[in-house]
Amino acid sequence: MAVPPESDKKDFFPALELKAAAFSLPVLRLLNQDLASIAEQLDAKIRQAPGFFRHAPVVIDVSSLSEEDPVAFPPLLRLLRDHNLIPVGIRGGTPAQNRAAQGVKLAVLNESIQTVRANAAEPKGEESPAPRFKIVTRPVRSGQRIYAPGGDLSVIAPVSSGAEIMADGNIHVYGPLRGRALAGMQGDLNARIFCQNLQADLVSVAGRYRVSENIPAELKGHAVQVFLEQESIRIERL
Amino acid sequence: MAKIIVITSGKGGVGKTTTAASISMGLAQRGHRTVVIDFDVGLRNLDLIMGCERRVVYDFVHVINGEANLSQALIRDKRCDALYVLPASQTRDKEALTKEGVGKVLETLSQTYDYIVCDSPAGIEHGANMAMYYADDAIVVTNPEVSSVRDSDRMLGILASKSRRAENNEEPIREYLLLTRYVPERVQRGEMLSVEDVQEILSLELLGVIPESQAVLNASNSGIPVILDAESDAGQAYRDVVARYLGEDVPHRFLDTRKKGFLSRLLGS
Ligand SMILES: Nc1ncnc2c1ncn2[C@@H]1O[C@H](COP(=O)(O)OP(=O)(O)OP(=O)(O)O)[C@@H](O)[C@H]1O
Ligand SMILES: [Mg+2]
Repeated sequence: MAVPPESDKKDFFPALELKAAAFSLPVLRLLNQDLASIAEQLDAKIRQAPGFFRHAPVVIDVSSLSEEDPVAFPPLLRLLRDHNLIPVGIRGGTPAQNRAAQGVKLAVLNESIQTVRANAAEPKGEESPAPRFKIVTRPVRSGQRIYAPGGDLSVIAPVSSGAEIMADGNIHVYGPLRGRALAGMQGDLNARIFCQNLQADLVSVAGRYRVSENIPAELKGHAVQVFLEQESIRIERL
Repeated sequence: MAKIIVITSGKGGVGKTTTAASISMGLAQRGHRTVVIDFDVGLRNLDLIMGCERRVVYDFVHVINGEANLSQALIRDKRCDALYVLPASQTRDKEALTKEGVGKVLETLSQTYDYIVCDSPAGIEHGANMAMYYADDAIVVTNPEVSSVRDSDRMLGILASKSRRAENNEEPIREYLLLTRYVPERVQRGEMLSVEDVQEILSLELLGVIPESQAVLNASNSGIPVILDAESDAGQAYRDVVARYLGEDVPHRFLDTRKKGFLSRLLGS
């Protein structure tokens, strides 16, 4: 182990490392503060992709709310948590709104947060933008969730029942697809799912979905594509 | 540096402890310095199956808490000099296993032993996570039934995402499938999943198939790892498993329904 001679003994066993990482989080933009209709519409959204929203961190965007109105954070946070969401911060607030957010332990985020480097000594090489697709070569097991934000997801291995794979773009699975596959997570109606061997628990495109029970038996075990036709799920053999 | 092997499953009662006892004995019999650790704090029974329950003074939790040192807690097997047992505590709860504490004990053992076999408790909670966290290799014990296979799959996901190797972005844990309590007759009648079914679902390297066997019960009742019962089918199957684990090319056995006896063949039944 190469250790610079002047380094102090306690540095040998660092208790922590500070790193910068960019996360892509769902943003909930509030258009008004009517909690009843927020609850109702949130229910509907979550029902479309329950797995994706379960324990998902969310950012509350208040930029569309009136600047004078204080945001009623406590009931809003309660509502989100009751929906199994984890509110982590707000964005687009006025200074007063930001202060109120900090009062309830929410982080104040701004668009450039990802460019703040927590560790100046980090090598420069990591600056390249995140790729617009994701490739997974190991089996995706029950209980695992994989999300490709902003692009396609290719899995070159089996996806187990009870696993969940998601992409903003298309999903490709070269191996049996037994878990849940959700393409077009941000609402792209043109997204598709391609798989070699369909045995999925659920397939979904842009929030429309089909559960295993409603997938015709003659399609199971076959190579198919899943896409939307007039906003409803269509599964076709390849 | 020792190789750390976790024997895990997710589902309970599938044969982890039976497997940990036999594999550690098998490795030790081949001259590898081996220690087998019971991570099932609160429900210890590795010491029973190893037949050393009456020699337990200190246990794993004492060592972690600094109340005893390793040499006081390790029990040498009477049948094989290369094998030691580190028993679990019956009186504490699983939270007594801290990541740092377990890490320190494993690191110390690593300097003396070739293999450290960790017998995981059932479930996917703290105790199971501690047993697998530092592993290099995992033997996933599965019974040929749907719920066991599903739990194994879940455990494989945890191995791939929550282990030290995963967290440090190192080469992933090597995973092996061990199918136990296999009854070819029941597979044939469609009452049990076949080896092929299980392998197809889990897509894992098959380390071996252990038949359902009365010898396992007899052995554990007398505190003998079944691998020492060289006459028995299960004992031989575990021997094959150890050989395969060490890289030997041993054909799989005990997969077919028993050969019909001479008389029944003659009578065509
Ligand atoms: N191949 C086998 N044939 C017959 N019985 C077996 C076999 N393997 C294990 N058993 C029996 O199954 C029971 C459970 O085995 P064991 O204690 O090894 O499982 P385990 O996975 O360690 O359980 P736990 O999850 O409770 O720790 C025991 O009674 C054991 O004797
Ligand atoms: Mg056990």
